Amino acid sequence: MKASFASARKLGLVSCHDCHLLSRMPQRAAHQEAACPRCGGELHQRKPNSLMRTWALVLAAMILYIPANVLPMTITTTLGSVSADTIMSGVIYFMHSGSWAIALVIFTASVFVPFLKFTILIYLLLSVQFKSIKRPRDRTRLYQFTEAVGRWSMLDIYVVTILVALVKLGAFAEIEAGPAAIYFAAVVVMTMLASESFDPRLIWDVVEDES
Amino acid sequence: MGKFKSMHQIACHECDLVQEIPPLPAPATACCLRCGSVLFRTKVDSINRTLAWTIAGLVLYVVAVTFPFLAMKNGAIGNQTGLLSGIQQLYHQGIISLATLVLLTCLLIPLLQMLALFYIFVPLKLNFRVKYAISMFRLFQKVKPWSMMEIYLLGILVSIVKLGKMATIVPGLAVIAFGLLIFVLTFALSAVDSHMVWERLGGDS
Repeated sequence: MKASFASARKLGLVSCHDCHLLSRMPQRAAHQEAACPRCGGELHQRKPNSLMRTWALVLAAMILYIPANVLPMTITTTLGSVSADTIMSGVIYFMHSGSWAIALVIFTASVFVPFLKFTILIYLLLSVQFKSIKRPRDRTRLYQFTEAVGRWSMLDIYVVTILVALVKLGAFAEIEAGPAAIYFAAVVVMTMLASESFDPRLIWDVVEDES
Repeated sequence: MGKFKSMHQIACHECDLVQEIPPLPAPATACCLRCGSVLFRTKVDSINRTLAWTIAGLVLYVVAVTFPFLAMKNGAIGNQTGLLSGIQQLYHQGIISLATLVLLTCLLIPLLQMLALFYIFVPLKLNFRVKYAISMFRLFQKVKPWSMMEIYLLGILVSIVKLGKMATIVPGLAVIAFGLLIFVLTFALSAVDSHMVWERLGGDS
């Protein structure tokens, strides 16, 4: 394997997001669209407005994370008595009933993973904006980690969907989805879009420019 | 562009380093010299294996959607559900956006993935060209993170534990088909050699 140790950006080349074909960046005005010669996808040297988009999505997700945790996720009616459950009260219920493994799975997927994603993405955004040159390799790993784990937060949404269908026994017992479900789904979708809009190559651009 | 293709020059999509890759035997993984990310993987017998798993997946999908999924029993009263029941129920409760999200991530996107693979790989196998294959493969790659059946399966497990004290949960044939489908779809996706597909699709057009 031979490498010239130069980025595509420095060589005036551009790599297609979709098919990874390397081609010469067409000489055009900055805001005109260029298309990949192989697959026709839009060509960008870097994902457009990556930092702004990621900030906007992370902040929006953080705001929605509050109602998602405070409001009830499910509303259960058993023989006339109504009880509302939040994400945390569900976790506590499992802990008390002895299902530690399930409590841990739900806590990790619904509470910890979104929180971890906020922290990592904000750290990455700040590290690029303050032109950090420390450990670019590890930051790339962190980015790949957030991309991979985010989807597991959908777990609670699916549990609600299944419970709502199963527990439909008329006056005996019924479960309805609470208002938190929609906020929580929005948090998951927005954090996924946030990590999709972050461009890890920005980390390496800083490293190249500073050296 | 011919010059770049014959040299197998590729830029890492995580750090943008341009590097030259010699033709690789299959199976092999090419990693970036600077950041260590996977550049691409070559696959053994990609076309045949992808097609086989995809066809198996489509059969299992039909079983998973049509047969009874989970049933709940408590003495004389019981309730039988299908894979679609939860989505219908959310729709009836007026949470249409949530119903749509679950419908997309657990049913429509996995189906789209399999149909796209079928549409792209049958012509590759039989050596003819179809319209929109390039757009289909781009769409296939775009929707990948939004296909979440394995998470739904974990959701089933959690629900069974949650309701265990309240009633007996009887898994139906569809649950088994659904569980198998997750593995089959994973095998189909991991048999796809996207580097090869792009070379073939973008070939002499």
